[in-house]
Amino acid sequence: MTKSELIARLAMRFPQLVAKDADFAVKEILDAMTEALAHGDRIEIRGFGSFALNYRPPRMGRNPKSGDKVSVPEKYVPHFKAGKELRERVDLGLLASLSA
Amino acid sequence: MTLTKAELADLLFEKVGLNKREAKDMVEAFFEEIRNALERGEGVKLSGFGNFQLRDKPQRPGRNPKTGEEIPITARRVVTFHASQKLKAEVEQSYDGKQS
Repeated sequence: MTKSELIARLAMRFPQLVAKDADFAVKEILDAMTEALAHGDRIEIRGFGSFALNYRPPRMGRNPKSGDKVSVPEKYVPHFKAGKELRERVDLGLLASLSA
Repeated sequence: MTLTKAELADLLFEKVGLNKREAKDMVEAFFEEIRNALERGEGVKLSGFGNFQLRDKPQRPGRNPKTGEEIPITARRVVTFHASQKLKAEVEQSYDGKQS
């Protein structure tokens, strides 16, 4: 499912709204989530999961082309942990596909 | 600070102009549609934010860490999230490392 398919599904769920509202809503939600992580904040959506930042310490890396050593500075990377309901439903999806 | 569904709903109320009820339902529907897709066995690609992918893990031997008893860990399907280059870059550029 792509972002535009998600928007189309939401627009169908809310026939009282104009289609542009679903489009705008998805963009606002994703922008707010991006901004939260960029500020170092966590995101917690019950039943879905949580997003947080993981620390990566500085390390010596290599330029794969030239083989030169380069120092890679410390950084933070986004990390998602699925919540209980999402974990369970996805796993049931596997069982359903096996028995189909 | 932690971003939750309540703050996302406030944002849709303020910025998109949905009423309070619609804003709350839209946020709920946003995450529900993503869960539905993953439950169907479909990955979700949100350009500019990241991709939710599914991985099927085969059964593997495990152990009860308390008793040492061997018990198989059953085959399962799990969700992984891969942040987009844009999200990774935003986190690296603006997060200054101070805990909030």
